[in-house]
Amino acid sequence: MSEYLSQFADLFATYNVPLAFWMNIKLTFFAAIFSLVIGTALALMRISPIASLRLAGTWYVNVLRNTPLTVIMVFGVLALWSKLGVSFSPNFDENFFRLAVLGLSVYHAAFVCEALRSGVNTVPVGQAEAARSIGLSFLPAARIIILPQAFRGAIAPLGNTLIALTKNTTVAATASVAEAAGLMAAMIEFRSDVIIGIFLTFAIGWVIIVIPVGLLTTYLSRRLAVVR
Amino acid sequence: MADSSVTPVIPAGGRGGGVPAPTGEPLVALTDVNKHFGALHVLKDISLTVSRGEVVVVIGPSGSGKSTLCRAINRLEPIDSGTITLDGVDLPEEGKALARLRADVGMVFQSFNLFAHKTVLDNVALGPIKVKKMKPKDARELALGLLERVGVADQADKLPAQLSGGQQQRVAIARALAMAPKVLLFDEPTSALDPEMVNEVLDVMVALAKEGMTMLVVTHEMGFARKAADRVVFMADGQIVEQADPDQFFDHPTSNRAKDFLGKILTH
Repeated sequence: MSEYLSQFADLFATYNVPLAFWMNIKLTFFAAIFSLVIGTALALMRISPIASLRLAGTWYVNVLRNTPLTVIMVFGVLALWSKLGVSFSPNFDENFFRLAVLGLSVYHAAFVCEALRSGVNTVPVGQAEAARSIGLSFLPAARIIILPQAFRGAIAPLGNTLIALTKNTTVAATASVAEAAGLMAAMIEFRSDVIIGIFLTFAIGWVIIVIPVGLLTTYLSRRLAVVR
Repeated sequence: MADSSVTPVIPAGGRGGGVPAPTGEPLVALTDVNKHFGALHVLKDISLTVSRGEVVVVIGPSGSGKSTLCRAINRLEPIDSGTITLDGVDLPEEGKALARLRADVGMVFQSFNLFAHKTVLDNVALGPIKVKKMKPKDARELALGLLERVGVADQADKLPAQLSGGQQQRVAIARALAMAPKVLLFDEPTSALDPEMVNEVLDVMVALAKEGMTMLVVTHEMGFARKAADRVVFMADGQIVEQADPDQFFDHPTSNRAKDFLGKILTH
């Protein structure tokens, strides 16, 4: 047993586990920001009075939401970069990091859009009517009256999307980003003698990262609820 | 507003002395307006004008189309045919022009519809700041003055949900007034209120009427109609059945439909 433990401890000298997790956190951070921006724009399109925008938003959500993330990620690497020569940075690692952020963002934007739309549904229609009746047009009414309340009503589903995004950053391994899931695969390959220890390490690592997100969203959804 | 003098007998006779008479110049004009909700024909060839300074009260049984009529005037309900003009200008279709028109038409809703995430003061100041591009400081001053006028200035920093229904509706009136509208539309403003809060809202409305504000009021408050209206419009089944000055209408209704309606509501 003590030999197993010493072998297990030995792992951390060879492999930099915290650095790999740090990569997932960075992916999560940037993809969360971009998917929030894209998702908000999509939600605006889907509730806008212009039919063609609504249609475009609906199509985006249905296509991206129903495509496996791995497919999107592989598309980014093999089609965008390899075939079309789209590059976001001359630095190899940086380029793949940004491709991965792009893939994660466009995919999760569809879920952010739908979470926000569920938030819009918590805002009584009278709020929009009152906004229009004082002379606000669609965008100002959405920005000042509807979206602030919709965000506050959508914190729980947005939190779920953020949790999904956090764990989905592991798919970035397919885009050659050196993150936790990729490192785990490498460790299992070379150190199958301590495979249980490796699994537990990564399982616990994910739990430690994700639990605070859940706690925070629960706290915020209570704290920021709009009293009616 | 607390000392609302509740008069037991419905007082007769228009708006009382010293009120500028309506000029007769049409401010709101509806011509042959039709509106359907699916198979339901809710407005049937409605023609109605409201003159500058006039107070028109629309009454009628539920489902008669009076709320739809009120909401059509600022195009919260689009109409199927006919024309609606405000100050001689046709209602625009959508977009910026419509937003500008709505800024000139104040609306007070049955369910208040105060912005739930904004303080009372911000609710009133928001329109002047965002739509009229007034300086925030000036807008807040204006808002406080209006809140003073409707008697809720002491609640300025609270959220709408912390106020009583009557207070919320008075804030909603202040919010509409903050845009200095040409006409105020009231869509059953007291129907969602507890009985003891009805008068505080009606008092504000009577005061506005006395100041010469042009108003179109959909209501079930017959006392208010008697006291403040220049004209009562009676609607049933999507049509204007009868219109007359309040005394004439309440004392000598001509149509059977109006007689029947008044008989049902005034006997208790």
